[in-house]
Amino acid sequence: MDQLLQHFLNALMLGGTYALLGIGLTLIFGIMRVVNFTHGELYAFGAYMMYALVMLSGANFFVALALAVVLGALLGAALEFVLLRRLRGADIDTTMLVMIGAWIALQNAEQLAWTGVAKSIDNPFPAAPLVIGAVSVGWNRLFVFAVALVLIGMTYLVIQKTKLGKAMRATFQDRDTAALMGIQIGHIHTVTFALGSALAAAAGALLGPVFVAYPSMGDLAAAKAFAIVILGGLGSIPGATIGGFILALAEELGAGYVSSGYRDAMGFLLIIAILVFKPTGLFAQKERIG
Amino acid sequence: MNRTLATFFVAAALSSGSAMSQDAIKIGVTQPLTGAFAASGNYVTEGAKLAETAINASGGVLGRKIQLVIEDNKSNPTEAVATAEKLISKDKVPVMLGAWSSTLTLAVMPKLMEYGVPMLVETSSSGKITVSGNPWIFRISPTSEMEAKAFTGYVKTLGIKKADFLATNNDFGLGASKEFAEMLKANGVQVGVVETMDPKATDFAAQLAKIKASGGDTLFVTTAVEQATLILKQAKEQQLKARIITTGGSVSPDQLIQQAGPAADGSLHLVFFTPWFPEAVKNPDVAKRFVAAWNAKGLPAGGLTEGFRGWDGITTIVEGIKAAGKAEPKAIQQALWGVKVKGINGDIAFIKQGPAGQESAQNVPSVYLVRIDGGKVVKN
Repeated sequence: MDQLLQHFLNALMLGGTYALLGIGLTLIFGIMRVVNFTHGELYAFGAYMMYALVMLSGANFFVALALAVVLGALLGAALEFVLLRRLRGADIDTTMLVMIGAWIALQNAEQLAWTGVAKSIDNPFPAAPLVIGAVSVGWNRLFVFAVALVLIGMTYLVIQKTKLGKAMRATFQDRDTAALMGIQIGHIHTVTFALGSALAAAAGALLGPVFVAYPSMGDLAAAKAFAIVILGGLGSIPGATIGGFILALAEELGAGYVSSGYRDAMGFLLIIAILVFKPTGLFAQKERIG
Repeated sequence: MNRTLATFFVAAALSSGSAMSQDAIKIGVTQPLTGAFAASGNYVTEGAKLAETAINASGGVLGRKIQLVIEDNKSNPTEAVATAEKLISKDKVPVMLGAWSSTLTLAVMPKLMEYGVPMLVETSSSGKITVSGNPWIFRISPTSEMEAKAFTGYVKTLGIKKADFLATNNDFGLGASKEFAEMLKANGVQVGVVETMDPKATDFAAQLAKIKASGGDTLFVTTAVEQATLILKQAKEQQLKARIITTGGSVSPDQLIQQAGPAADGSLHLVFFTPWFPEAVKNPDVAKRFVAAWNAKGLPAGGLTEGFRGWDGITTIVEGIKAAGKAEPKAIQQALWGVKVKGINGDIAFIKQGPAGQESAQNVPSVYLVRIDGGKVVKN
């Protein structure tokens, strides 16, 4: 029973970060139709910015966190401006190849800049965990969970309640019509990519201090993010959020009660099962087909 | 000066042809310089380069200099095969050093058979490598079985009653947990759960919750240093009481102290080089020379327990070339059987392992157990 409770608690903490990774990708994937292979690298970038700011420059942890997110947004905007802007209208294969190239270039740049040795980042939270009965959770993880929820909520509000969000949703539903209504598609794309990148960098900046920062840290994170987006349905923020928690729970319980060797397979088995019954994902939004 | 430089570049460009290869004896090196094992692979390569410099400074071998041809296997078995293919068929190296992880080494092995080129294995510990009947394999690192055997004496002194395992899900991790579990059972220790993790995973909460529920007094961890760091930190978060022991010799205690801080206190580590107590090693003069060269190059102390493998590997290969009297694969393979090398780990010599007539060569290295105590490495 204690073990089950601990698994649920772990899944909740893990799900928050999965959801954060998922919503950033679902925005870019959904609105821009770009298979963003650099998502994991933005995640690593966020973690390395925390390392640079906290460990090398001695900045305050929370200030560094905010700065890392802003820098992530800027890097995302730059990527969109330099690479993707020229590729609008190009077929999906070309865009994918460019993004794969950017992914490899970014990952190797990270290793060149920081070497392959993992970097640990200090955090201001007490080392002793919070103990509730027989289960326990680190304070740093609770902080990550809380910030992740706030960021997810804020993103949801931006998309649903602001004029910018409305324009983004319109672009998602039908790019041509949105353009005819006077929406600057170019701006929307830059903002979307910057926002998605900022969320990935936020996830990295939050998790870097929990784990360690290393150049290939984004690979597994990106794989999970793709799975969550497919599970939740393209472009759906509630879908990506719930998808993140479902994936985390499937992994925790699968590892705890079936076999930890197949931990990562559990989530993907679940995805296959869900897609058999709901091919567009759990919460796919309506869009014009063709 | 400019002319010299230009000549150098022209010579380098033509090196696949004739001029350079006449002068220098090439030794192929395949290591993970990028990807999941990049940190360790780079340290091994640095150690190998220091040996290259030292050997060339003292006149090389057979009156010729040696030249390392270093390829990055990207921590990926497919890439590892490609590097071996390239080193053997394009660079025409007569002997190789590689490939760090067991999975990478196992991937390369069929190529050694195909082309008939010996490879010195400096890190991998999976038992499979030396029992599969590949006569081109010369391993200086201990097998998991040897490590487990060396650990036998500690079972009583540490008072281990029940042990759990957490291992990376590959040849290295699975092999080590199997060998240690067998050794422990034979010594009357109860074996609890054997948990595995993806080599890229960073979150082990699920595994640790299960291990905590199993309630062993000792947890054996087999993985690279990156994951070991995270396991120590997360075990603390989950209030795991069990004592943690890492196997495989690739978990640098200095790096753990730096990265995991107080979470590393009390953990024990099997290592194959103890730079903290130079008097404890078999050949202190060799060890001191290596540490001095390492420090002179400004390399981090945390890399010493990994870097020494590259030095020992290249020194052994060069002894093989010297004994062979020529830089040819078959001659080096035969000569390596007879070498006696004063290594950093200890005296290196090979015994036969695997099916008769097809034996691989295995060294019997020294294994040490150290403990981290108050942010310092101490003898156990």
